[in-house]
Amino acid sequence: MADQAYSRPAVRGGAGRGGLRWFDPVAAALAGPALILMLIFLIGPMVVVILLSLTDYQLGAASLSFVGLHNYAEMFGDRTFQKSLANTLIYVGVVVPCSVLLGLGAALLIEADRRMRGFYRAVYFLPVMATLIAMAIVWEFMLHPQFGVVNLTLEAIGIPGQSWLQNPSLVLFTLCGIGIWQSIGFNMVLFMAGLTAIPSDLYEAASVDGANRALDRFRLVTWPMLGPVTLFVIVITSIRSFQVFDTVQVITKGGPNKASEVLLHTMYTEGFSFFRTGYAAALTVIFLLFVLALSALKVFVLDKRTHYA
Amino acid sequence: MNQELGPIASILRHVVLLFGALIMLSPFIVMIVTSLKPQSEILSADFTLWPKTWYAVENYRAALTSTPLLLYMLNGVIVTVAIFVLQVLVALPAAYALAKLRFRFRGLMFGAVLLCLLIPMHATAIPVYVLLFKLGLLNTYASLILPFAISVFGIFLMRQFFLTVPDDIIDAARIDGMSEFGIVWRVMLPTAVPAVIAFGIFSVVAHWNDYFWPLIAVGDRNLFTPPLGIAYFKLDEAGTNYGPLMAAATIAITPLVIGFLLAQRRFIEGITFTGMKS
Repeated sequence: MADQAYSRPAVRGGAGRGGLRWFDPVAAALAGPALILMLIFLIGPMVVVILLSLTDYQLGAASLSFVGLHNYAEMFGDRTFQKSLANTLIYVGVVVPCSVLLGLGAALLIEADRRMRGFYRAVYFLPVMATLIAMAIVWEFMLHPQFGVVNLTLEAIGIPGQSWLQNPSLVLFTLCGIGIWQSIGFNMVLFMAGLTAIPSDLYEAASVDGANRALDRFRLVTWPMLGPVTLFVIVITSIRSFQVFDTVQVITKGGPNKASEVLLHTMYTEGFSFFRTGYAAALTVIFLLFVLALSALKVFVLDKRTHYA
Repeated sequence: MNQELGPIASILRHVVLLFGALIMLSPFIVMIVTSLKPQSEILSADFTLWPKTWYAVENYRAALTSTPLLLYMLNGVIVTVAIFVLQVLVALPAAYALAKLRFRFRGLMFGAVLLCLLIPMHATAIPVYVLLFKLGLLNTYASLILPFAISVFGIFLMRQFFLTVPDDIIDAARIDGMSEFGIVWRVMLPTAVPAVIAFGIFSVVAHWNDYFWPLIAVGDRNLFTPPLGIAYFKLDEAGTNYGPLMAAATIAITPLVIGFLLAQRRFIEGITFTGMKS
């Protein structure tokens, strides 16, 4: 037979906050493992990464000393970091608007009619599923200057081919292109979820009021209803784009001459190739500040207006 | 938006969407076609969709024998399944406690869950790496699995779901003498199957495709997951032995793509449903 308290209706524990025991063995057994793992793998590391960024720790070194903001000072004076931060911001600035607009366009066009809807949805979503590392290697092959299918196609229609990944002024935008290709389907399904949430009587009401052309329906009903979803998609895509790493690491290694260096790749190189742990921790903190600012925007501004109860 | 378009609009829609579909599919087409061709044909300056000489057997055999690709696939299965099982074992009881029990630090714990939702995986990589290094766990399956045993997103998602389960069911189970753990696994889990599946798809896709963490955590080839295996295959072959390389890429993406094609709706739902997590 269960403990007397458990057979109480609705919730356990009695009335009022004061009635709750300091230590509840049942709650501890249920939530304890999760709490301990959160402390070890999430909260603890967050504190440690900030502390490490203030030290000169190198992995394997016997000791470490407190160096204050030295790592940050070094970082902001370092050309690689400046280039890396600028490249990351450009990457986000290109990938986010393009993939959000194209994702929205794909969602609207696919949902506009029933014919082949399932086929299009599957095709546009496929890049989201496929292992990015494998597809990055395929893209590198397709972008080969001599026998890559991209240049062969362009030359066939009279446009000169490019050294997409070797030309320092092109390489970052080429990687943006791969990022856009991969994100469209993700944004598309988020928009589709937003579209199906629009009550159909709104469209009927609009058409009673004379909005018969597709463009009017979009302007009067779809767009205002999709507004919050769009903001949500922009923030999520920004966070995802900030985390660009796979394509850079496997295709360009940040080159040529740092032209495609991005924050996470710099952090990876410093932390796990040179084992300058303290310095890499400082890079992580900068990366984290950007992501947290975007996440905070999502949580405090958007979630209130859009999602879950 | 379920009305049908007129004929002109309909044709325009297909033209635009088919053009887009061609671009979205082109890497997949090139990958598969190249995996069927001999090197001489791959390096020639005219691309044909249909191989002039079929070289599929040779390329796929090379992909499977020059690297232990099947071992990498097996590692991928072990790691993704172990992560998902642990995530469920850890997250479901916690989510139940947060949704249905009243205990002293519930508010604090839920606050911690919300805070942890904001932490990207990359931000904890350095301290977790140092921790595993100190424990001597780098280069083990544990290093690939343990850091992901906790999914605050799973806790959050399941808590939201459990909130909708009526308390009457839980009370009835308690009156029948069921323990709180019994309630989690025999009462709550069966009601939450769709949410668990959606979360599972999200989790498996994320960890099968993950490159960042395995790259950091393991150097021993016997522990490589498919993304690492493919990346090193490219390095070993100097990135120029394209036939076997494309065959290996095809093999690596096949399990998820087949799963997706068989259960499209569930996959899209799973990713959309869980899309709030980045």
